[in-house]
Amino acid sequence: MSATLLLVQTLNGLQFGIILFLIAAGLTLVFGVMDFINLAHGVQYMVGAYFAAAFVAWTGSFAAGLALALPAALAFGLLLEVVVFRHLYDRDHLDQVLATFGIILFLNQGVKAVWGAAPLLVPIPPALSGSIELMSGLLYPVYRLAIIAAGLAVGGLLYVLVHHTRAGMLVRAGATNAAMVSALGVDIRRLFMVVFGFGAMLAGFAGAMVAPILSVEPGMGDNILILAFVVIVIGGIGSIRGAFLAALLIGLVDTLGRSFASNILRLVLDPSMASQTGRAIAPMLIYILMAAVLFFRPTGLFPVKR
Amino acid sequence: MTETRRSVALALGLGLVATTAFAQSADKVRIGLIQTLSGPAATLGQQARDGFNLAVKELGGKLGGRDAEVIVVDDELKPDIAVTKVKGLLDRDKVDFVVGPIFSNVLLAIHKPALDGGAILISANAGPSSYAGKECHPNFFVTSYQNDQVHEVLGKVAQNRGYKKVYLLAPNYQAGRDSMAGFKRHFKGEVVEESYVPLNNLDFQSELAKIAAAQPEALFTFMPGGMGVNLVRQYRQAGLVERVPFLSAFTVDESTLPAQQDAAVGLLGGMTWAPNMDNPVNKAFVAAFEKEFGYVPGSYAMQAYDTAKLIDSGLKATGGNTADKKALSAAIRKADFKSARGPFKFNANGYPIQDFYLVKVAKRPDGKFQTEIVEKVFENYGDVYSKDCKPAS
Amino acid sequence: MTGLPAEAAQTAVAPPARWRGCILPLVLFGLFAVAPAFARHGGEGYILALALRVMILGIAAMSLDLILGYGALISFGHAAFLGIGAYAVGILMSHGVGDAFGQLAAALAASALFALVTGAISLRTKGVYFIMITLAFGQMLYFLATSLAAYGGDDGMTLPRKSLVLGTRILGEGHTFYYVVLACLVGAYLLCRAIVASRFGRVLRGTRENPVRMQAIGFNPLAYQLAAYVIAGALCGLAGFLLANQTEFVSPAFMTWQRSGELIVMVILGGLGSLHGAIIGAAAFVILEEVLSRITELWKMIFGPMLVLVALFARGGILGFFRGLRRG
Repeated sequence: MSATLLLVQTLNGLQFGIILFLIAAGLTLVFGVMDFINLAHGVQYMVGAYFAAAFVAWTGSFAAGLALALPAALAFGLLLEVVVFRHLYDRDHLDQVLATFGIILFLNQGVKAVWGAAPLLVPIPPALSGSIELMSGLLYPVYRLAIIAAGLAVGGLLYVLVHHTRAGMLVRAGATNAAMVSALGVDIRRLFMVVFGFGAMLAGFAGAMVAPILSVEPGMGDNILILAFVVIVIGGIGSIRGAFLAALLIGLVDTLGRSFASNILRLVLDPSMASQTGRAIAPMLIYILMAAVLFFRPTGLFPVKR
Repeated sequence: MTETRRSVALALGLGLVATTAFAQSADKVRIGLIQTLSGPAATLGQQARDGFNLAVKELGGKLGGRDAEVIVVDDELKPDIAVTKVKGLLDRDKVDFVVGPIFSNVLLAIHKPALDGGAILISANAGPSSYAGKECHPNFFVTSYQNDQVHEVLGKVAQNRGYKKVYLLAPNYQAGRDSMAGFKRHFKGEVVEESYVPLNNLDFQSELAKIAAAQPEALFTFMPGGMGVNLVRQYRQAGLVERVPFLSAFTVDESTLPAQQDAAVGLLGGMTWAPNMDNPVNKAFVAAFEKEFGYVPGSYAMQAYDTAKLIDSGLKATGGNTADKKALSAAIRKADFKSARGPFKFNANGYPIQDFYLVKVAKRPDGKFQTEIVEKVFENYGDVYSKDCKPAS
Repeated sequence: MTGLPAEAAQTAVAPPARWRGCILPLVLFGLFAVAPAFARHGGEGYILALALRVMILGIAAMSLDLILGYGALISFGHAAFLGIGAYAVGILMSHGVGDAFGQLAAALAASALFALVTGAISLRTKGVYFIMITLAFGQMLYFLATSLAAYGGDDGMTLPRKSLVLGTRILGEGHTFYYVVLACLVGAYLLCRAIVASRFGRVLRGTRENPVRMQAIGFNPLAYQLAAYVIAGALCGLAGFLLANQTEFVSPAFMTWQRSGELIVMVILGGLGSLHGAIIGAAAFVILEEVLSRITELWKMIFGPMLVLVALFARGGILGFFRGLRRG
């Protein structure tokens, strides 16, 4: 276990965290402002990836494909909002769980019907297809650095939007007390629609960015959904800053844990026991982390609602 | 009040009736095909279904001279749902044969109900060691291979090529653990690391960093489905293909190649067959399959195709009689059919004895990708568990 | 007034309220009781397997309804108890302990213990945080099960036979197992009814409405919620024990978060807070799954929107829908 390896794994962990942030950002906004449990966020991510795959194949260029996929994801999100979600804002969380669960089933099957069950290929844009030699023998794809850059940019953009614009002020106010905002004369329906659409677009953007490195297949959003919920719960629902930090934390814990858990355990257990225990514990680490955070801070690290 | 009572009774009754209403045609031989047709692994089940249906179609819709009815059910990769579906096939559809499944954990769940229900169970893909030894059963056959054997191919290749240090990578579940055990059976060099990733892991960056740091002479990996798609692409992006030879099992095959494409060209795998195998049965099979379905068949399709031909041969020998299961099972055991992979016969435990090859990924002139034979590694190779199988009879 | 089911209070003109609440469950149990007779007409083993699955999942869903419908505690890790119950059977059987009572005792004890420990931690949180932390515990147990190579790991393990009752294989003969499960279902139902109607149940419902008020009156909401959580966990452990016997197979697939989600869907689908609603929800879910999947491979494209429609229009699930019809 060398220092270089540790550095490289840290970079990997941060990159994973950034992807998680891109996905969780939209979810925390929707949840925070509208108190709406959107289990369908995972399939919105998946649909974004599929749109990207389709448009890239159609136009032959990644940039064009991405540029088309974003409004498509936005439109799709708004469609879901108008047809289904809008009627559920006043309802119990359980009705929202039921409806969004149904949407998951429908869309997972739907993309399979349209695009087939086999994983789709999205080629990396030629401009970003080079690699940097991080350590001897290991090249790090430039595209992954682009993802990190994109994630940081989105994070910065969100921060500016939420904290330094009037719209952002409304969003923050809505997250704290939606009824009051409505009472003050703001068109809460429009606000919700904007927030939801933006959230859907963020999820779609995450899906599109990730498509060239991870396979695009039905059900790809399901496990990510759980991770996204873990992120926003640890970070505190409604808080972008919380989502960012929690996402990085989870990315690091998961990646470093998987790489080094067995090594660390080897200090106290014999090698085969260490590797077996390490393997068993590694996937549990983020859940243990979440349980621990919730034990000390039952509303997450940076809760928005007082 | 009566409305509620009526409605509930109606709903439940309808449900029960709907599932029993089924006209039984006396003369058809019925095959229940249980495959994984939903979720990320659906392509594999589809291949198997298509391969089987192609064979039945080529035989004019008959098996052994009798009209054949193929009932396809989806196990959704959920063992307890598979059990219910198999019970449905046996009790409601009265199938004589159960063919499938793709995955070993589903097979473990349906093995007992299927055999207790009196059907002949033929696995066209899953070949766990669980039923290859003491637990072998006269009515249970496998037309693919015993899972370990494919991994053993790569172990032998690594040994033959003189690799001294090899890095192993597999997902953390039973089949993954079996793959490493299988590899080590013939490989006598040093295993630098046995690395497990969580099932459904999609991002291998941290693993690739470890591989580069360890500087092995070769990598052996078992990474099926979407995991394999991602691993191969990321492996090439990390520039490791040139530095660390990629030996794999079930990682680069016709189900993943359409997504891996150029990234997989030149990578090595192990199998009993490849689409470019040069025998008349295979050439006809591949041509007919591509014509009918439009994609390159993989081993899943080939094995299912063979299974249908196998059933046909067994039924021909018994004159179409499915009532005497003992005779039918003996007829099937003879494996008197021409397999697309060349020589094929059954071992005492119902698993095949066949040749194994090293295969390599190549791009065809028409732009599609397939695996191609490099060299034969094992000839007439049976699995290591068969000696524990005592014929029950 | 004690002992009245919730729905009775809502109707203006009604026959004796006690009867009203009983008829639906009686019909339900009656149907289950006569199913073996119907089944003889075709596909016997299959129909009974289906009915068994409905009953077992019905017990699990009912246990969830206890804390979800009456306590408003959305547990997204409830399938873990199914797994605990099932693995109790599997692990004990692989070590030679085949006795049903021993396995059942272990299943209940392990489930109750797990519920006690995880509940004590989880109940410190509320709302979506509670959902997530129960999910976390469910996932931890799932990963633990997949890493137990000795017990099949991810593949699971096949059981040689059903549990032995006092040394006999009576559960494997005829319809004995079926009626044992039916008895468990009825027993669980009566138990839950008794709990809900008791003072304990009223405190629980009060805690759901307004925990602060309950505290002001002098009850400790946490203690009551925890007790309910433990009871629900143990009941679901019973369902797990029965599931292992029904499939004669044990696998980590019994406790994925998707399974927990399905249990929640069953409870909501049938109608929250009505206990027999959970059984109806389980029946609807299982039967729809079976029937639709025989019609088309793309059945989830029909099932998904059905759930959405239920969420949008059928407030109170299936029971609520029929109740609404009745009222005009």
